[in-house]
Amino acid sequence: MNAKDWKILLVDDEREFITTLAERLELRGIPARVAFDGESALEAIAAEEPHVVILDVLMPGIKGLEVLERVKRTNPLVQVLLLTGHGSTRDGIEGMRLGAYDYMMKPLNIDTLIEKMESAIDYAKKAAALPGKSDG
Amino acid sequence: MIKLADIIKHPLRELQSDVDEAESPVRYVVLRRKIFALMAAATLIPLLAMGALNYYEHQTTMAREIQNPLRVLVNKTKNSFELFLTERSSTVSLIASAYTYQELADEKKLARIFSVMKKEFKGFVDLGLIDDSGTQVNYVGPYALKGKNYAEQRWFQEVRLKGKYVSDVFMGFRKFPHVIVAVQHMTEDGRTWILRATLDTHQFERIIASMSLEPDADAFLVNAQGILQTSSNNYGKVLEKMSFPMPPQTYEPAVLTMVDPLGREVYLAYAYFPEANFALVAVKPRGSVLKTWYTVRGDLLFIFALGVLAVFVAAYRVTNVLIGRMKESEERREMALRQVEHSQKLSSIGRLAAGVAHEINNPLAIINEKAGLMKDIMAREQDFPAKARIDGQVESILRAVERCRGITHRMLGFARRMDVSIEDLDVGEIIKETAGFLSNEAMHRKVDVRLEIDPELPRINSDRSQLQQVFLNLFNNALAAVADGGRILATAREVGDNVEISVRDNGCGMSDETLKHIFEPFFTTKKGKGTGLGLSITYGIIKRLGGDIAVESEQGVGTTLTITLPKGQREALA
Repeated sequence: MNAKDWKILLVDDEREFITTLAERLELRGIPARVAFDGESALEAIAAEEPHVVILDVLMPGIKGLEVLERVKRTNPLVQVLLLTGHGSTRDGIEGMRLGAYDYMMKPLNIDTLIEKMESAIDYAKKAAALPGKSDG
Repeated sequence: MIKLADIIKHPLRELQSDVDEAESPVRYVVLRRKIFALMAAATLIPLLAMGALNYYEHQTTMAREIQNPLRVLVNKTKNSFELFLTERSSTVSLIASAYTYQELADEKKLARIFSVMKKEFKGFVDLGLIDDSGTQVNYVGPYALKGKNYAEQRWFQEVRLKGKYVSDVFMGFRKFPHVIVAVQHMTEDGRTWILRATLDTHQFERIIASMSLEPDADAFLVNAQGILQTSSNNYGKVLEKMSFPMPPQTYEPAVLTMVDPLGREVYLAYAYFPEANFALVAVKPRGSVLKTWYTVRGDLLFIFALGVLAVFVAAYRVTNVLIGRMKESEERREMALRQVEHSQKLSSIGRLAAGVAHEINNPLAIINEKAGLMKDIMAREQDFPAKARIDGQVESILRAVERCRGITHRMLGFARRMDVSIEDLDVGEIIKETAGFLSNEAMHRKVDVRLEIDPELPRINSDRSQLQQVFLNLFNNALAAVADGGRILATAREVGDNVEISVRDNGCGMSDETLKHIFEPFFTTKKGKGTGLGLSITYGIIKRLGGDIAVESEQGVGTTLTITLPKGQREALA
């Protein structure tokens, strides 16, 4: 699948950060939508079923891990990369337990992010081909 | 000084109040003194009472045992004297009754009677017949006393009055101690005459000698006026005044203790003669008598002293042990408190660091993205005069961001270090769970991840999330090292006091140069992969948890990382 066919959703309450990140991805030909809180993220996921969701753990309202949990229930094939500004890997590990594909710490390296997105999409494709193993 | 009564009344209250009020180590000194005194008192008082009772009882018994035989001996000897005197006076009485005055006045007959008397009874010196005018009409004996008149002598008056008379010892005409036995006889026609015999006192000496007293003891006969009737070893010669006052008159033989004129403590045993004017006195120094008692008393005192010493030693030891235990437990408590305090302090510092890092990370992420975007835009722009300079500025912003990132990550690492919580846990379960996180990628890359966990693996005391982080690191590293379709084997087993966990991969392996730096902070060979936590953090965590980590690697063959963790939590995790 070509990068411009990816459907990426970026979720973070830090608007400056997430819009800039979206802009940078688009400059690289990766279309990315943004959501600034958990509620709108869940709506966007339900409406568009993105391939990958980049999800900040710490947000006002619905927290990242809760969003993750709900997404994994409703759209198990949607891969989630967790973003944490926090040092504790506890959130990261908890996230992986809940089915996140991986987790990264801010500030991000955009190349790493793209690598991880690619591998997540790859994984999702293979997982979709394997019946019964869809949620990892 | 502590009042014993107070201690006995309220031992524990006193101790308690001291513990509460006093300051350490003064408190321990006071406490030690009190415990020691209490224990010593509790053991010494009964010991003392027992010792005193024993001493008293023993002394009384010993005294009785010494006095009784003495009393019996004196009584027996007194009886011998009485018997001796009664026998003699009865003999004289018998002769007076058996013969007529005429017969007794016959010199030859009297001589014959006297010779029979002397043969049958020892001690007779002479025998005389005295008529009622006091004139000795007949006499047999060693002295020429025939015709001597006794009318004026006291004994003569007394025998006329009482009919029978035993004299005190006296020298008389004969100049040696003797005793007179006189009996008055009355004929049917009313005439009276007196038969008088003299006894020498050798017999007295013999009776006293038969008491077989020890050389330092003494026995003698004394009359009611305190005049010695037989010689004493220590208290005067015969017929002298005894050198100490007469004991009080009693009917029964008695024993007194007193200090004699020689200054010795003595037992004085005596018996008054009911018939005659005598008393038999025996004196025994207490020293010799009580020799056994003194030995026993010495033994008793020695044992008592030993007991007291033992009590003191035991009390001292027990007190030491007690105080030691108390100190130890208090120190432990204080240490634990201090540790908790310390770790609380550190953990609040840790939380603060985490908070700061987090707060900085978000704006830093914005700067990073903004600068990144600037760089992206600049890359698409045509050359313009300032482009190179702007590019340079953006690069230096990005480098500064990278530096800040390093700082915040170090701060977060510090925060993590502070955040250790020890619990009882199953390492195998943590390994399985952590391996599960990576099953996505492993499956995707067809990497064979195998776990060999000893089912008998003991539970250990450690920090769950820190261990998860460690295992996640190890699995991540192994996954990064192996090619698609590679193999990872994790084992866990018990080795001695430790649990050993190893993760082996058949990946690319490491060069010796890499191996040297593997545990250094920020050392990495895989740009952009992993969670951003290097092996240095793993190393730090394992060290903090009291374990160890070792690595073996061969290029092209694979790498094995081995972790040993103690079963119990060892050190304070500060």
